[in-house]
Amino acid sequence: MPESALLSLDAISLKHQQQNLLSNISLSLSAKQIMTIIGPNGAGKSTLIKVALGLTKADSGTIYRRPGLRIGYMPQKLSLNPLMPLSVSRFLAMAKSDRKQIAAALARTGIQHLQNRPLHDISGGETQRVLLSRALLSNPDLLVLDEPAQGVDISGQTELYELISDLRDELGCAVLMVSHDLHWVMAQTDTVICLNQHICCHGHPEQVSSDPEYLALFGRRHAEAVALYQHDHDHQHDIHGDVVCEHKHHD
Amino acid sequence: MIDILLYALLAGLLVAAVSGPLGALVTWQRMAYYGDTLAHSALLGLALGLALQANLQYSVLVSCLLIAVVLFALQWWRDIALDSLLGILSHSSLALGLVCLSFIDNQSLDLNAFLFGDLLAILREDLVNLAIICALVLGLLWRYWSALVALCAHAELAEIEGLPVQRLRLLLMLMVAATVAVAMKIVGVLLITAMLIIPASAAARVARSPEQGALLAALIGGLAVCGGLAGAWYWDTPAGPSIVLSAGCLFVLGQLAPGYRRSN
Repeated sequence: MPESALLSLDAISLKHQQQNLLSNISLSLSAKQIMTIIGPNGAGKSTLIKVALGLTKADSGTIYRRPGLRIGYMPQKLSLNPLMPLSVSRFLAMAKSDRKQIAAALARTGIQHLQNRPLHDISGGETQRVLLSRALLSNPDLLVLDEPAQGVDISGQTELYELISDLRDELGCAVLMVSHDLHWVMAQTDTVICLNQHICCHGHPEQVSSDPEYLALFGRRHAEAVALYQHDHDHQHDIHGDVVCEHKHHD
Repeated sequence: MIDILLYALLAGLLVAAVSGPLGALVTWQRMAYYGDTLAHSALLGLALGLALQANLQYSVLVSCLLIAVVLFALQWWRDIALDSLLGILSHSSLALGLVCLSFIDNQSLDLNAFLFGDLLAILREDLVNLAIICALVLGLLWRYWSALVALCAHAELAEIEGLPVQRLRLLLMLMVAATVAVAMKIVGVLLITAMLIIPASAAARVARSPEQGALLAALIGGLAVCGGLAGAWYWDTPAGPSIVLSAGCLFVLGQLAPGYRRSN
């Protein structure tokens, strides 16, 4: 596995003010694999992503990124200074100046009509799509997404996850993401990593959802919700698209 | 007499040309506190220059650049609240500079000129030095503009896309330091940050792109210099504060203009 790995972390630890942020994290991501990181608030999910990307240095451990690996990164949010005048297309031009490719990326995420709008002037869901478009411009082998549906309303979340799922199939890229969306985790993910500073458990979604450490971390209600999703998923395998509608009723 | 005014105008316009685009970057990058700290510690460089009897302009420039490097290194000191530390550094260095200056017995030193600027005392050689530094900073801004804009928009994305983010940050700090050192004579250490922040903020409302923002900021800075100098000339007001005041008025006027954003 390590030879074919796009990205692998070995025994990564990171401390901040005597507090463990990450301890002894090892993982390996191979081509086309979808790996989702779940965990409570403050579990170090974003920190782990940043270490994997090389944005934050770990105190110890080693990181391997396949040479020439093209990464498309979608950060948690865009915290643009309100005084910075920037249009959507100018923002994308920072990744690649080819106008055709920018137009194509915007069309692919369904926001071509926003091209000349100021970045300050679009909704949360549209902003996430702009960030996703910018990630696409690097023509990635690996998409790294940090809570892509943050600040997006429920129906927008579903669409966004569907879009990400389609994009992965199209580009054939691997995906590493932080997500709270149980439906996505259960239905689309090859490997789940349950993080709480250390890796509590990992494996196939079904495996993880019955792991005692996972149950202890998320509590019964959450675990039942996952079981429910799993049921929905098993049950409606052929009419996959309707699951989210059910979600609203159950809630 | 007209020489004085011409030199003052040229010097002011040069500073405005640099502080426009640079101030835009400083504003977008939320670096105003760095600017303050650098400006206030410029007084230390002045005291040092007087004590060593060195060329004052160069000693201020060198000490500003050194302090920029120190401030840049501070970001790796993880366990602190950076903004409060900068606030503390900024004001203690101003106080230290003032105390040090009081120990140096120099009759010819006019402290007010350094605190609030003395634009009307600009000499031909000052103007030449100023022009060299401004040309250098403008050249660097031109060369690295798009990378610096990408850094301001989203540093992490810029880093993933292969930009040398840390080196760009250092470059930005050093350019601010150099500008602070040369602008000290124009508007004084207490008001330099105003020349960086106010024109850029005024421009931000109407600009449609980073480039427009930078050019408009330079233009607004230039207008402020003209307005301030006119005030100094006709009503005998202090030139530095008058320039900052007219920049402030332009900012207020700018708020009345239709904004780029619809939601505003």
